[in-house]
Amino acid sequence: MNRLDKLFQQKQKNILNIYCTAGYPHLDSTLHIMKALQESGAAIIELGIPYSDPLADGETIQNSSSIALKNGMTIKKLFEQLNDFRNEVSIPVVLMGYLNPILQYGFENFCADAAKIGIDGLILPDLPAHEFENEYRSILEKYHLSFIFLVTPETSEERVRKLDTLSSGFLYAVSSSSTTGNEKDFGAVVKYLQKLQSYHLKNPVLVGFGIKDKQTFSDACCYANGAIIGSAFIKAIGKTEFVAEAAQLFVESIIN
Amino acid sequence: MQASFKQPDELGYYGEFGGAYIPEMLYPNVEELRENYLKIINSESFQKEYKSLLTDYAGRPTPLYFASQLSEKYNTNVYLKREDLCHTGAHKINNTIGQILVAERLGKRRIIAETGAGQHGVATATVCALKGLECIVYMGEKDIERQAPNVARMKMLGAEVRPATSGSKTLKDATNEAIRDWINHPENTFYIIGSVVGPHPYPDMVARFQSVISEEIKWQLKEKTGKELPEAVIACVGGGSNAAGTFYHFVDEPSVAIIAVEAGGCGVNSGKSAATTQLGTPGILHGSKSYVMQTADGQVVEPHSISAGLDYPGIGPMHANLFATGRGKFLNATDAQALEAAFLLAELEGIIPALESAHALAALNQIKFGENDNIVICLSGRGDKDMETYMREMARPK
Repeated sequence: MNRLDKLFQQKQKNILNIYCTAGYPHLDSTLHIMKALQESGAAIIELGIPYSDPLADGETIQNSSSIALKNGMTIKKLFEQLNDFRNEVSIPVVLMGYLNPILQYGFENFCADAAKIGIDGLILPDLPAHEFENEYRSILEKYHLSFIFLVTPETSEERVRKLDTLSSGFLYAVSSSSTTGNEKDFGAVVKYLQKLQSYHLKNPVLVGFGIKDKQTFSDACCYANGAIIGSAFIKAIGKTEFVAEAAQLFVESIIN
Repeated sequence: MQASFKQPDELGYYGEFGGAYIPEMLYPNVEELRENYLKIINSESFQKEYKSLLTDYAGRPTPLYFASQLSEKYNTNVYLKREDLCHTGAHKINNTIGQILVAERLGKRRIIAETGAGQHGVATATVCALKGLECIVYMGEKDIERQAPNVARMKMLGAEVRPATSGSKTLKDATNEAIRDWINHPENTFYIIGSVVGPHPYPDMVARFQSVISEEIKWQLKEKTGKELPEAVIACVGGGSNAAGTFYHFVDEPSVAIIAVEAGGCGVNSGKSAATTQLGTPGILHGSKSYVMQTADGQVVEPHSISAGLDYPGIGPMHANLFATGRGKFLNATDAQALEAAFLLAELEGIIPALESAHALAALNQIKFGENDNIVICLSGRGDKDMETYMREMARPK
């Protein structure tokens, strides 16, 4: 059983998943941030692989990606940096990225190397369900990696159920149909999350996009198993020289 | 061998290229279009309005002109398909008329588009003015500076031009911004893509709207020569919409040579080029699998071409398949060769071509055609927008 499944077996509420871009703000920040996140009580780390053309991301994460690329971050570099990270970090870690850099690395090589260092799952927003089923699912299963699909308020019930069936680990509920970091009225989000609850899906649901502080986190947790914070975290660690401390303070401000 | 080179399979694949690699946030929009586009395009009311606008508004059919001086120089028969005579000055209007009618029938009131040099932006702003629809055009910040006249045209036509300030601030980034806008406005917005790129069904839809070019070439050539099939068709390729239109009704005719000319920039191996099939590798860009100019790590690189319309690091999946299967012959012309061809056409035929189209003309220096061959070259746009570049070239000490 991988770490994601184990986590959700032990804890179903208030799961905090923090997104950070690998190689941001400095090339070697990533492992320090991951340790700080674990120590301060984050439940899952979502590590973004920087890409030149991140279509599903808003301005904050785009900028962090460009900086990470300028810093020299690559998949190869990331795997080198994380080679022994399981000696220090025990919480689940999922990689989020776009398909193109992974295809160039070689999809199966990527999965093999990710699994070897102790990664638990993948989020690839531009990998369509159909291609996933035909070509990629068996590779992920071979390496025991979870694959997490996104659903949005516009996703039909039939499709939510299908994506839930294809997903493992958890389901990523985009809280508004928007690129990351945009704010929308939370009332509409509540309705949508209640609708998802009424489906009794097989996977836990984590809410992403638009969660930025203690209030929005606890609001989201009323209607889902937890939430993902990205842009607000990137902003918080980008303002200071003391990156690990800022990461810790940020997490504490959310869960304490 | 596959059944057809001109249309993709049900999932949008031309051979191994195409598909719809899009985030879930775009799925309902793209799915709505995929389910409806053929039904709409094939409906009688659509066809009637589309044809009437192409005739009375865009100025079709465009002439197929026998270029006698050019023919004499190259000792073959050169015909120019005069898309430069279309309303707004290029073939782009064929596509925007088609897509605005689709958008209207899907009940969308807000139109977005991306543009590089501004030709597709102007063609989109034009049809939005015609239909009274809101129009937002994303354009790289750098291109806005370089293409002031087209920015002014779009504004005069009532469009809002929004600068794309991310990445390299050119066409690729304008496309990213347009896609992000679409993600953030899922209900009321229609994205008019300007080339045969993007997720399925865009490449197929745009190719169908541009296919009027080769449909006309067939009957026009028959009128002039008694034969409806030329020996070769030639077009420039950036994303590849004029090429898709020019090749469409000929790709499944094995006797017709299909010749695509990419932008060589300062030379294919100079590090400043946009010759995607020569420099690219299979990858994913803007929602489809195709050849992409990228680093070994899969980061998309910035191309270079003197012509903004060819300055794109990808190529439509239909063309990727023509290249991979060998059905199409892919040449490239450098900035200098394109300029030379543009000045030659002005001198010999009294036509100032767009820099993009000049790349296609440059093929005549690279392939020797038979004396009796009929060669059709798509003159995709006129050169007014490029006068600043041409003026610099004239002022350059020789």
